Amino acid sequence: MAKIRRNDKREMPALNTSSLPDIIFMLLFFFMSVTSMKEVTYKVQFQTPQATELTKLEKKSLVRYIYVGTPTAEFRKQYGAETRIQLDDAFAEKSEIGEYIINERSSMKEQDQGLMTVSIKADKETRMGIIADIKQELRRAYALKISYAATQRTNY
Amino acid sequence: MAKKIPQINASSMADISFLLLIFFLVTTSMDVNQGLARRLPAPIPPDQKVEDTDINKRNLMVVKINSANQLMVQGQLTDIKQLREKAKEFIANVNDDAYLPKLFEEDFGAPIGIIKYTKEHVISVQNDVDTQYQAYLDVQNELVAAYNELREECARKYFHKAYNELEEDQQKQIQKVYPQKISEAEPKNYGGN
Repeated sequence: MAKIRRNDKREMPALNTSSLPDIIFMLLFFFMSVTSMKEVTYKVQFQTPQATELTKLEKKSLVRYIYVGTPTAEFRKQYGAETRIQLDDAFAEKSEIGEYIINERSSMKEQDQGLMTVSIKADKETRMGIIADIKQELRRAYALKISYAATQRTNY
Repeated sequence: MAKKIPQINASSMADISFLLLIFFLVTTSMDVNQGLARRLPAPIPPDQKVEDTDINKRNLMVVKINSANQLMVQGQLTDIKQLREKAKEFIANVNDDAYLPKLFEEDFGAPIGIIKYTKEHVISVQNDVDTQYQAYLDVQNELVAAYNELREECARKYFHKAYNELEEDQQKQIQKVYPQKISEAEPKNYGGN
């Protein structure tokens, strides 16, 4: 006669977790390959405009960014709510753009210098006056390849 | 007799890799960098006189955006949705209209052969100081879209393939047929504040 044996005393076998690190490493590599490092900490806040005819920026090392927007809440007191320009990690004036571009370009390899792209990341509410000023500065610094950062438009 | 090597305790390995994973999750951003690629004109040397470039009126399409983000194309108030069609009509000038850009015949090489194209057309975008960036980019986007659509049509017609599937020199051939000529004037104050 079969008898159901209650084996309370027997311990549960330890779960084999030796493959867990491999799984996590796989996740890690996945995230490392699909994401990009944050370039800077933003001191201005912006929401890029929407467009449809977008091209991806290739070769991250050849891209420099200019951020345009209103200062974030913590800098409001100091800098006001006017639209400001951010280069690298600091606020900048329009007149500093040329110097910045030239410095950045000279730090690149010589054969790459002509391929430098400047990505303008500006808030969609920005007035064109400031954008036009930036464009003029870029022209003067011979940074002619530019890209207006935008997000894909989903609805019209 | 070989000594048995004790097994290394790897249970903390998972914790370490978790830590790395979380670090990367925090420091990276998912968003891809994409944008509307444009090329600025080279700066004019200060000692050079500004020449009055003589552009025939029929070769010029003026798009003005005012401070209220309204659009004026060739002197007519236009909705942004109509801009693409208008631009395409202007760039291609299929019916050889007298008020649209002049057509020139040129040999573009096989398989396109000798066809007519508007060699000297220029689209001029003028905006106000107070124009919103989004409105400006919308206009740029529509104009680029017009070129892209024409190039796509051309690729389908002569190569029977999509434009992005073509070889680089084939794309260059098509780019010659529809050269992107968007000029941007310095912003002026057109009023309407």
